[in-house]
Order: sequence, then C-alpha cells, then structure tokens
Amino acid sequence: MGLDIRLPIGMLFTIFGIMLIAFGVFSNPSLYVQSLGININLNWGVVLLIFGAIMLFLGARSMFFSPRPPETPNAEGREPRH
Amino acid sequence: MGLTTIDWVIMAVYFAFVLGIGAALKRYMKTSADFFLAGRSIPAWVCGLAFISANLGAQEVIGMGASGAKYGILTSHFYWIGAIPAMVFVGIFMMPFYYGSRARSVPEYLRLRFDEKTRGLNAVSFAIMTIFSSGISMYAMAKLIQTLHFLDAPFRALGLPQAWIFHTGIIVSALVVLTYIYLGGLTSAIYNEVLQFFLIVAGFIPLVWLGLKNVGGWQGLKATLGPSYVHSWVGMSNPHTNRLGVEWFGLAMGLGFVLSFGYWCTDFLVVQRAMAANSMAAARRTPLIAAVPKMLFPFLVILPGLIAIALPTQAPPIINGPQGSSVSAPAGQGLIPAKLDATTGQPVLDNNGHPQLDYDLAVPNLLLHYFPTGILGLGLTALLASFMSGMAGNVTAFNTVWTHDIYEPYIHPGAGDAHYLMMGKLATIFGIALSVAGAYLATRFNNIMDMLQLVFAFVNAPLFATFLLGMFWKRATGHGAFTGLLSGTFAAAVHHGLTLSEGAIPGIKGGWLAVIHNYPSEMAQNFWTAIFAWTTCFVVTILVSLVTRAPEESRLVGLVYSMTERPSEGNISWYKRPIYLGAMILTATVLLNLVFR
Repeated sequence: MGLDIRLPIGMLFTIFGIMLIAFGVFSNPSLYVQSLGININLNWGVVLLIFGAIMLFLGARSMFFSPRPPETPNAEGREPRH
Repeated sequence: MGLTTIDWVIMAVYFAFVLGIGAALKRYMKTSADFFLAGRSIPAWVCGLAFISANLGAQEVIGMGASGAKYGILTSHFYWIGAIPAMVFVGIFMMPFYYGSRARSVPEYLRLRFDEKTRGLNAVSFAIMTIFSSGISMYAMAKLIQTLHFLDAPFRALGLPQAWIFHTGIIVSALVVLTYIYLGGLTSAIYNEVLQFFLIVAGFIPLVWLGLKNVGGWQGLKATLGPSYVHSWVGMSNPHTNRLGVEWFGLAMGLGFVLSFGYWCTDFLVVQRAMAANSMAAARRTPLIAAVPKMLFPFLVILPGLIAIALPTQAPPIINGPQGSSVSAPAGQGLIPAKLDATTGQPVLDNNGHPQLDYDLAVPNLLLHYFPTGILGLGLTALLASFMSGMAGNVTAFNTVWTHDIYEPYIHPGAGDAHYLMMGKLATIFGIALSVAGAYLATRFNNIMDMLQLVFAFVNAPLFATFLLGMFWKRATGHGAFTGLLSGTFAAAVHHGLTLSEGAIPGIKGGWLAVIHNYPSEMAQNFWTAIFAWTTCFVVTILVSLVTRAPEESRLVGLVYSMTERPSEGNISWYKRPIYLGAMILTATVLLNLVFR
C-alpha cells in the first residue's frame, strides 16, 4: 500500500517528543516528586524524539530515494484460486 | 486525578493520527482483496508487529499485570512456554498451507481441506466469538475510564451527568474503530496496530523503569516478595507448591500445547495478519518476527504487577467502589486495593476470611502513582490504544469471516467483487453495532459474559487437533474433522461439568453435572479441560476418518504437508530463513526460562 507506516509513526513520536521536552523544561520541578525526582517528561521526551526522528528518516529514505520494487505479490507465480 | 492541558493534547494528537491513517488509506481500497487482505502487500515486520498487537488488548495489558501481582513471574509461562513455541510452529510449519492455499480466511482453509460443514461450524462460532470479544474489550475500556475518573471534571464543567461517562467511552471507541476500519480495511487496522504497539511500549518502558528503580531492581523484588513470586519453575512439580496451583504436566500440555497452539495457530484474528503479507517468505516470517518482542513482553506487562504489590502498602490512587458512595480506601497490599462489593461497598472476603485484592487495578494505580502530568497523558493514551487494537483485530476478523465464509457461500453466492467489498464495509458497521450491544449486555448480566467465555473455551480447545491432523495426515476426512470438533467441544463441557476447583461453588465454575474430581486451582481445571477436549477431538477424528472414504489426493496439493512442495528458500539470506529464525527464538526462550527458573 502506498503509505509507508514509518512516516506517520515517526511524525507522531516526534510531536510527542517535542511536546514532552518543552513541557519538561518549563514545568515546575515539584511535579516530579512522584517520579522519584526524575524529570521523566524531559528524559522520556528526548527518547521519543530520537525514535521518531529515526523512523522519519527510514520512512523518507524508502519513500523518496529508492525506486519502488516491482509488485510481485504471488511469490510462486501462481494464480489465486478464486 | 488531575489531567492538565498537555495530557489532553497528547490524546487528541493520537486520535487525529489514528483517523488520519484511515483517511490516507481510503483511496487504496478498490477491491475486496484490498479491504480484507490488505492486497497481500504488507512487509513482514509490519505484519509481525500487528500480529502481536492485535492480541495486545485489555486482557494483556491489564490482565497480565493483574496476574503478575497475583502469581508473580510464573505468569511468564503464558509467554515462554505458551505463546513463543506456538508462534514458531505456526511460522515454520503451518503458514505454508494458510498462505500457499490462497485461502482468504481460516474457515476457508477448512473448506478447501475438509468440507463445507466443517467450515460452516468454524465460521459461525468464530464470528459470534469475535463480536463478543470486541464487546468485552469495549466494556472493559469504558469501565476503566469510569474508574480512572479522568473524565469526571470535564463532564462536571459541561454540566453532563457522570453516568454518561460510561456511554461516552463505549460510543467514542466504537466510532473511532469503525471510522478507521471502514475507510482503510485491514491495512488500516494493521497500520494502527503497529502504531499502537510502539505507543504501548513507549508508555510502559518508563513505568517499569521508574518502578524497578524504586523497589531496588529485580534483587529488590526478590527480597521483598520472597521466592514464590520470582521463580517460574521452582515448585512446579506439585500443584500445591506454586502460586498457579498447577503441576508441570498440566502446564506444559494444557497451556503450552493445547491452549497456546490452539490460539496462535488457528485463530483467524492473528493468522489474518500473516495472510496480509506480501510473499510466502514474509508470511512465514510474520509470527517469527512477532515472537521476538513477545518474548520480552513479560518485562513490560508482568513486572508492573510485581512492582505494584511489592511497594509498601499505602492508599492507592484509585479504588473500584460502588458509584456515589464514599468509601475510605480499604487495606490492600502494596498499591492494590481490596476488592469491594459492587452494591454494598464492603470488602469481598475469600474462604479464609481475608479480603480479596482487586488485581485489575495494579497497572492503572502504578501509572497514576509514578506518572506526573505530561507523561501521564502518554500512559493513558497507551492504555486506550491497547483497548482499541484488541477491538479492531476482532472487527477485521469478523467482517472477513462474515463476508467470505457466511454471506458469500450461504446467503448471496455469485455476486461481483464490488458487492462483497460493500458487504465487508456494512459488516464492519453492524459488527461494531453488535459489539456495542454485547458491551451493554455485559453491564446488565455479568454472568452471561462469563458463560459465553466458557462456551468459547469449549469450542476452541479441540481446534488445534483438527488443524494438526488436517495439515499433517492426508487420510483425515471432512466427516472425521466435523465429528471430532463436536465431540471435542462436548468432552470439554462434560469435563467442566464433572470437576471443580478447590473452594469454588458448583455452577459457572464447573461441577454442574456432579463433582467427581477437585482441582487445586481454577487454572488447573481449565488446562485439563483443554487437554481432555484436544485428546477427544484427536482420537475421534482419527477413528471416524479411518471408517469414512479417504479424500482424493489430487485435491490435497498445497493443503497437506506430504502433498506439498517445500517453499523454496534458495534466494533468501540465512538469517531470514524461518528455520534458523525459529531456532534462535527457541534458544533465547529456553535461556529466559533458565534465568528465571
């Protein structure tokens, strides 16, 4: 199907990453008493952003830089019975 | 519980993407094969992640955490002796027949291999089952939204009655799933399942990380909980010396062989994901790729349960009491509250007079305990995502089986492709409508759901014997398969009616005919019911096959092992070959069993 799923995944996680990083930077440190004093929004936001960027890169590379492989859904070259 | 703007925005962004994927795929839905089979064009890794994600519903995320809190690391048996060997088996041995026969569904394979009546039996029972499973998922989700109380404040602000929260949960989840499947068919369901997979992983890793850090890691859990929680094999020689109440044989045969192979190898809900793959090699790799993350899932979904029960006992963030009453948080254990009676609000006691724990709240409470606003939105979105993927998997399996295995052969044969495509879309709508009805049925009659699940268990338990004989014994006949399935289901019902687990009352829990045997636990009873059903089906199928006319061999090419050429693997690099992949996965699984023995 014409849509590479890595692009929407990459976009979603990039957006989530940026949101959590921004919120983590500007939020009140007292918020993080419950997460053992760790600014979990900032930390995990960075991880999500990196993951999102990798997915975007992989999706974009296959979408724009490599020719589409010829469509060969029937590996055995056999016709469906129906 | 206070959600702030950022949590709501995270949820909204996620829902926008879910619907956006459906909308983006709409223009590719031209034929029924696009809609029901994703045009057989999906790469293996996408099918693989969808393969486990379709099963990653409420039962797994909430249920495995609950079992982790109740049984400890023994819950990992559902993965390391249950799912993984079955997934390797279906990839290496069974996928060549499912994919190679060009059947569009599991019941259709049964028609090609056996006969019309075996297919009809399987199709009808499967269709009913998917509707109710999706209804149960919807019900559980609406119930959880209610328990989490995160819609209370917005509903108050809008002046809406609190009772509508449950209805809103049902209607919104139904509409979202309906929209994206109606627009993009199986492709849309698979793509969203992959998205949901990553979201669930992203929501649960930080939870486990914070939790483990807090309790002092695995060593800390060991010290706090004691040996019965942290060993999966020690004590398995006797049902009375382990938390599951099952001995190793019942576990290995009942769970490891009959139930797990029955589910992962014959349930169209998961097999459909592999049938959408873009080649035979990709279809065979689908369950093997799925097995890799599946193997590591215990750390993601079971550990939260252990952490929740290992924490010092404290008032949990949420309890599940009757609505409107003010109940002070009852003493539980760790973060898990005591179970409260739905009408009186009093703690429910077990046979020894101790309060029972509400294990299903382990994961939600842990989430609320550690996650501040921001990542809390991500965690809740992950929970909602898991419920929706469970529902969507059932809906796509239903619309396919309804259209290809019930409507096309029995109601309206011989129509054009466009007609069946339209019927698939209609089936999506009324399938979801029926699920909603199922969800409301569950609110009215709790026992009806228990009873239905029991009946499904009876129907499912013998299935793997039929497929095993069908694929590997060319002499098996349609009459044999049909009689075998019926007798297997009957044997399951009789076994359940004659046995009871310790401390249970005869009725829905068994013993409704007479009690001639007592099992140490309900789980042992379930596993042995499955073993009886499987064995009966296996033996009866063989006996009836031997006295009925053998199928013509020419009909069995591509459907039976001895009549089918092995798929050629000449041009596939070795690390992509199913047999090597399978061997690596099984070795890793054995190692995990040894480490956590």
